[in-house]
Amino acid sequence: MTDTSAAPKPSSPLRDVWAQFRSHKGAMFGLITLSVLIIAVLIGPYLWVPEKLSVAQAIKLKNQGPSLRFPLGTDQLGRDMLARMLLAGRISLAVGLVAMGIAIVFGTLIGVLAGYFRRLDGPLMRLTDMFLALPLVPLLLVMVMLFRDRIAGIIGPEMGAFTLIVFAIGITSWMATARIVRGEVLTLKEREYVLAARSIGARPNRIILRHILPNVISPVMVAATLGVAEAIITESVLSFLGLGFPPDFPTWGRLLYDGLQYMQVYPERVVWPGVAISLTVLSVNYIGDGLRDALDPRIRGR
Amino acid sequence: MLTFTLRRLLLAIPILLVISLVIFLLVDLAPGSPMSEIPLTVPPDVRQKMIEALGADQPVFVRYLLWLKQFFWVEPMTLVDGWFGTDFTAGEQRILSWQSRSPVFTIIGQRIPQTLTVVGTAYLVGVLIAVPIGIYSAYRQYSFFDQAGTLFAMIGFSVPTFFSGTLFIIIFAVWLGWFPTKYDTTLEVTDWATFWEQVRQMALPVMTLGLANAAAISRYMRSSMLDNMAMDYVRTARAKGMSERVVVLRHVLRNSLIPVGTVIALGIPSIFGGAIITENLFGVNGIGAALIGAIHANDIPMVQTLAFIFAVLIVLFNLIADIIYGLLDPRIRYD
Amino acid sequence: MKFKTALLGAAAAFVLAPAAYAERGTDGEVKLTFPQAVSIMNPYLSGGTKDIYASSMVLEPLAGLTPDGVLVPKLVTEIPTKENGGISEDMTSITWKLLPDLKWSDGTPVTADDAVFTWQYCTDPAGGCSQATKYEGITSVEAVDPATIKVTFSGPKANPYTAFVSALAPVLQKKQFEACLGAAAPTCTDPNNMPVGTGPFMVTGFTVNDTVSMAANPNYRDPAKPAFATAVIKGGGDAEGSARVVMETGEFDYAWNTQIPPETQASMAAAGKGQFVVAFGTLVERIEMNTTDPSPDLPEGERATAKHPHPILSDIKVRTALSKAIDRSILVEVGYGAGGKPTCNVIPGPADWASDNDGCLTQDMEGAKALLDEAGWTDTDGDGIRDKDGKPLNILYQTTVNPIRQDFQALVKDWWTELGVNVELKAIDPGVFFGGDPGSPDTFQKFYADVEMYANNSESPDPESYLGQYQCKNAPSPETQWQGENINRFCTPEYDALYATLATTTDIAARQEIAKKLNDMVTKDSMIVIPLVHRGTLSAHSNALGGVQINAWDSELWNVADWFRVK
Repeated sequence: MTDTSAAPKPSSPLRDVWAQFRSHKGAMFGLITLSVLIIAVLIGPYLWVPEKLSVAQAIKLKNQGPSLRFPLGTDQLGRDMLARMLLAGRISLAVGLVAMGIAIVFGTLIGVLAGYFRRLDGPLMRLTDMFLALPLVPLLLVMVMLFRDRIAGIIGPEMGAFTLIVFAIGITSWMATARIVRGEVLTLKEREYVLAARSIGARPNRIILRHILPNVISPVMVAATLGVAEAIITESVLSFLGLGFPPDFPTWGRLLYDGLQYMQVYPERVVWPGVAISLTVLSVNYIGDGLRDALDPRIRGR
Repeated sequence: MLTFTLRRLLLAIPILLVISLVIFLLVDLAPGSPMSEIPLTVPPDVRQKMIEALGADQPVFVRYLLWLKQFFWVEPMTLVDGWFGTDFTAGEQRILSWQSRSPVFTIIGQRIPQTLTVVGTAYLVGVLIAVPIGIYSAYRQYSFFDQAGTLFAMIGFSVPTFFSGTLFIIIFAVWLGWFPTKYDTTLEVTDWATFWEQVRQMALPVMTLGLANAAAISRYMRSSMLDNMAMDYVRTARAKGMSERVVVLRHVLRNSLIPVGTVIALGIPSIFGGAIITENLFGVNGIGAALIGAIHANDIPMVQTLAFIFAVLIVLFNLIADIIYGLLDPRIRYD
Repeated sequence: MKFKTALLGAAAAFVLAPAAYAERGTDGEVKLTFPQAVSIMNPYLSGGTKDIYASSMVLEPLAGLTPDGVLVPKLVTEIPTKENGGISEDMTSITWKLLPDLKWSDGTPVTADDAVFTWQYCTDPAGGCSQATKYEGITSVEAVDPATIKVTFSGPKANPYTAFVSALAPVLQKKQFEACLGAAAPTCTDPNNMPVGTGPFMVTGFTVNDTVSMAANPNYRDPAKPAFATAVIKGGGDAEGSARVVMETGEFDYAWNTQIPPETQASMAAAGKGQFVVAFGTLVERIEMNTTDPSPDLPEGERATAKHPHPILSDIKVRTALSKAIDRSILVEVGYGAGGKPTCNVIPGPADWASDNDGCLTQDMEGAKALLDEAGWTDTDGDGIRDKDGKPLNILYQTTVNPIRQDFQALVKDWWTELGVNVELKAIDPGVFFGGDPGSPDTFQKFYADVEMYANNSESPDPESYLGQYQCKNAPSPETQWQGENINRFCTPEYDALYATLATTTDIAARQEIAKKLNDMVTKDSMIVIPLVHRGTLSAHSNALGGVQINAWDSELWNVADWFRVK
């Protein structure tokens, strides 16, 4: 986003941003937590391989509390919760981040276009209205019915499910971002500096990239944080409706949902996935906070 | 402003027609049949007869046109008949739910009050909690209060309502025994005792929904306040010697409310849409519970009518949000 | 109003205090909760169990069934039999005698005309009656006199107790439904929601998919019943929530269908406010085998049809091995606890009808492996998956979305993996799976998978119509728009021939023998169906509610008139 080639000196904007970001305690906490989570779910399943137990053996070990053998306990079928949490995290984090990314990019694009170009405002906002108005569940059912087998035929059932879910969540959650960004752009483009840029003949794409986008970053960041949580939760709802991953693929949302009926007897079963989702959301939020401060030239250097 | 509003309202008609067609095709295309709840012991030929009796075997466009006629002519006229005792609609069929064979609008009429009281209250509670938290968090950025508020908000929207609702039931109903968990829709508020009963039964669903609403709105409020706190006009206002109170509440707040106003206005249709999971969990017979029930039962007339009413509300509130922009920020012009 | 009734009730109780038994309306309100809300109170237009149970408090059949599956008179003086002359010698007609002085809740007399009308109502081709099978094979229903109903069949009827028997086929009031015949049936909103009945309660308020409010029927035939003055059925939520409001918070007296994990059942029962009750009917959770090839490589229209036999499952050795590898007792322990029993039969009860087939109850992993070896499926490339002619032993195993079924899938997958089978799992939204939409690839009839799991049952103790499912002609195919109950596409002339004799056999012992043989033909002889668990329906009632007798053969609320408040 920032033009690095223009300033190859020690005080490049990128470096400034990073310096400011680093001084933000919350942001660093978020970055470290998120990295730890990502690394854990990426390499964890290779380091923590649960014992191979037969069904009869495993059933005897069901619903155990945390112990050395099972650090997070076992579930109602005697499966190791830590191993399941790690596997689940892979899918949940990937779905959350990618779907949020799609929603944010798409939403910001639509929002900026609608807000900046008056000609596009009407059609794009009516499109947004339409997507907001569509009932989500039938839409997802139709998408799954039409595309699941075809996508699964090309890239296999798991990747197929992933692509479909990420796409489905992305396509149904960009509208709020679009509305909010458009609102911001509407006010921004009447600001003096934008008028000034326009009066010296700057092209729209330059105005948008240099002057408008950096200033809508903060509502977008909030939407992004909300988006990660929502995507992870939406995935669990999709699995609940049978539209998600094959049933033997755990995700945090599904573990949370499955644990629900055992909440009174074995509360830790909902605590682990709940904490994992909250930590992810919290760290994305702090990173967003830090980024916002770091990208704001008025705060930077203060 | 007036011409703008009128033009948008007129434009809304063809758009809504298109939306209604898209919804109809979508709902129709979705797999499933109104017979999915019938036990397997009912044989296929009987099922086929039942489908025919519902009219569900008609071609999709016939059903769509019939629905249009029922929605825009029969139903309003039924209302007129009800008011003036006329009989415009004698012999005309109203929109009937496939699942219950009751007129869809009767069901909606039964359910709107519950949704508005429960979900509406929760929204109001959410906004009333969120706005002050957002303002104060931004004003004292990175203070203990701000950190606590952030944590509260993060937890608020990272736990889904199916989780927080069940948690509240276990804590407040099972362990403490303070509140009932099933919403009694036959309760009529006539005196203080029944009013108190109503408050008690609303407590858990309002808490569950209010938490989720407050969490999201407080984040938007805080971030918007932060943006404006750094503006030059704030510095100017302070330099002029205005009191902090005036600076924050008059200048910053007013400008910060623009994006937050959008978020709040855009959330209002969702009040009418109800809260699917929460309503289901607590047995509040609102619109959300009706919609998900109808989707599960493949009750196309019900889904279609609810989704369309929802679309109308969304279009309407988007317009209202645009008007709010114009009123709050005189620099935005629509003409 | 409610308060006043309660007050009156209390006053009445006070006056009659010495009486040992309850008077009508003295016990206040009974509150029931269903996880699925009641949509309509007319069972002929619904078919959903929730609606049938709710309407059974208001509408009554001529005869019902007890928890043992025995007929019990409701609106009639006695059960017609050959001995008492109620059934003609040639079994072509049955004559019911109404109780004297029987009244509808609006005070008008019940006559044979009402029964005749009910028959016309349900058999009208434009009406879409969901219980039409109950009236199948009937040529006429006549009112011989105002108290005598004669049902004539087109031929000898082995089981004449279908029409007007059980909560599925109650008698409607002619006066109320007269204008609702045929195409007008769905538009009669008020009668459908607030039917006039003969049952212990009458509807006073109805909100669709939410609450049914009822009051004691002032004209109920037993003046001492029901003990409760009012009743409420609140619907919605989930099984767990329903169980909780009875077992833990005590807000409700009775919860129907509280299917929750055994651990949670135990912890809820420990609260001491209520108890779980279970009734075993014929509901069997089973894995069905596809005998046709569901491969997506086949063109649509040929996929999963009899044209292409299944490349793996056509071999009975493979099917037997898959069954042997399963330990059914673990499935019961994990999924149902006291609410289930391991079974090898599709007809697990009543005892007189159930086959003694129990060969599948012990798991035999080694035997299963040996069978696969014998069938030519061996692991030649050492990847842990058996193969034959270069093709791996892959199985796609589908079911509906349901926590217990997902646990079963996980367990069965583990066992089959141990066997050397590569299992892919799939869970489908029940609305789609059972919806039968020919446009969807995911319906259970289309069966685009190798095996699938769900539960099915016979709705009456006599399983004739249930066993009819496995006839050749009932196989779903593109020609039948994918409708049909024989989802395995199982087809043998022996089965069809034996089934034909069942339909004409009238001797009860002979019928039971045939039913057992038919049961064995689809289970142990062919392994087309692998029964897993005989499931009960689990309900909960509070300790303050007395008189509950759970029933799997009729409405669970069949004796609601006898319920009372434990003081």
